[in-house]
Amino acid sequence: MSDATGVIHDIGYQRYTGPRLGRRQVFGALYGHGVRTVFGLGRSAKAKIFPWLVVAVVTVVAAGLTAVRSQIGEVVMTYAQFADAMSWLVIFFVAVAAPELVSRDLRSGVLPLYFSRPLPRGDYALAKLLALGTALWLLLGGPQLVMFLGAAFTTSRGLRGVWDELLDLLPGLLYAGLWAVVFASIGLLVASLTGKRAFAAGGIVAVFLMTAPVVGVLSIMPSRTVNELAFLASPSTLVGGVGNWALGDRLTQGRGGMPIGDFGPVYAVVAVLLVAACVSLLLLRYRKVAAR
Amino acid sequence: MTLLATESLTKTYGGRVTALADLTVSVEPGIIGLVGANGAGKSTLIKILLGLLPPTSGRVQVLGLDPTTDPAAVRARVGYMPEHDALPPDLSAAELVTHLGRMSGLPRTVARERASEALRHVGLHEERHRAVGGYSTGMKQRVKLAQALVHDPDLLLLDEPTNGLDPAGRDAMLALVHRIGTEFGISVVVCSHLLGEVERICDTLVAIDGGRLLRADRVAAMTTATDVLAVEVSEGTEELAARLAGLDLPVSRDGRLLLVPLADDDTYDLILGAVAELDLPLHRLDQRRHRVAELFAPREPSHV
Repeated sequence: MSDATGVIHDIGYQRYTGPRLGRRQVFGALYGHGVRTVFGLGRSAKAKIFPWLVVAVVTVVAAGLTAVRSQIGEVVMTYAQFADAMSWLVIFFVAVAAPELVSRDLRSGVLPLYFSRPLPRGDYALAKLLALGTALWLLLGGPQLVMFLGAAFTTSRGLRGVWDELLDLLPGLLYAGLWAVVFASIGLLVASLTGKRAFAAGGIVAVFLMTAPVVGVLSIMPSRTVNELAFLASPSTLVGGVGNWALGDRLTQGRGGMPIGDFGPVYAVVAVLLVAACVSLLLLRYRKVAAR
Repeated sequence: MTLLATESLTKTYGGRVTALADLTVSVEPGIIGLVGANGAGKSTLIKILLGLLPPTSGRVQVLGLDPTTDPAAVRARVGYMPEHDALPPDLSAAELVTHLGRMSGLPRTVARERASEALRHVGLHEERHRAVGGYSTGMKQRVKLAQALVHDPDLLLLDEPTNGLDPAGRDAMLALVHRIGTEFGISVVVCSHLLGEVERICDTLVAIDGGRLLRADRVAAMTTATDVLAVEVSEGTEELAARLAGLDLPVSRDGRLLLVPLADDDTYDLILGAVAELDLPLHRLDQRRHRVAELFAPREPSHV
């Protein structure tokens, strides 16, 4: 054989001597991968349809609200009310995204491939949780930013108006964050219990929607205390209650909040306990999964 | 350096089921066959080596590290190929192996490069960009091997790598494992319930049964006896035996077969000459190694 050009040489196996990243970067890689997965990036076209449909809907609604406000000069919906109004969409988004993040891995049996790597097993669950929370926050916060930009550019009071608008936006973003944390931790915990995506999605929707009638029943009971505590029974109204207490007027701008009486701190404590319980159960769940 | 060492390693589940009982073994780098029937404790041992399960008692060392106290350091240098299906069907092999490379701490671009290298080494080329769901069992096994290889480990733990493969696929997989152990310079532990399969590629064998060590030794030490030639003739076996004995060959009978130790190439000629002179119908003449199975059998009469 002559030494013709274009010969492919088998260079054989090469050992790797370069840098190996630490725990934090690996966590970051898994987190970034999770956020991309939620929005179907790097996945099939079919996986992109639903998330981007939801993104389109919330963006169009936000743009519509902005347009109406600029025309009639009246605030149709505050930032927080926007988040509340979109809550049913967020529920469906979680019901699709959470199983995509964790149920798929459970079903395909890929977890032993993760847990045989240096990544601690808790990191896997926390990275996925953080990814889902971020995605939900972006889903609600993105349109709020659209609303802010629309309001800022059409304000008639110059920089002063922009500044006031910003002070309205920030609590709105904070409130969106609260939605994201509560919904992500509940949704991911439910999804981590089963490898079947349909079951996981059904379970998540059930947890959020089935609890709503409970609130309804409790709020017509003939006791003011029970009525004021009724909103604890469902995650959606719980979030509303906390927002109402913590951000108060900033949130609703005098458009009537939830009748929770003086129980605001109770709502906050329950929300914190709920998230903490969900996260602990999630970590426990993955301890068991990893040992299998 | 010792590759793996266990000392009185015991693992019981819930105090009732004993998976490993007082296992003490130490092996040197190379290709190690871990053999035992289903339920012998192979997978439990692997999980303890990876630090995924804590042992009930006893000590264990992998590459000089203790997986019970420093599992991350062990897992950074070990690649693991599980026995069962472990691949998400809608990802391509290239994407999956790249992602898992990053999970092992490889920077993004390095992970991509090493993933395609690893997939090339296991024999997947253009098909690596197709979704894994459409792969054959053999291709899936190769992807599982590639993901164990992507971060350049010092030790590979392969749990039943030939599971579900047809005979040709088994041979290819075993050849690949042998190549990794010899050319790549990576030590390999191959779990199998088929002794005949791993003995061909291993230089050390560890046999366990019911969580107990049956025997651990280098294959060379187990097969110090020379290879033998098996001769089978359709008739006149006695005559041939007598003739071969007359030629000073230490011949022995094994059913219809005559076994002659293979001293050198002349042995072939002597046997063929003897058969031709007696004008016997030669049925077969082939070389066979001492099966390691024969070496295990006498030590463990209850399981024959």
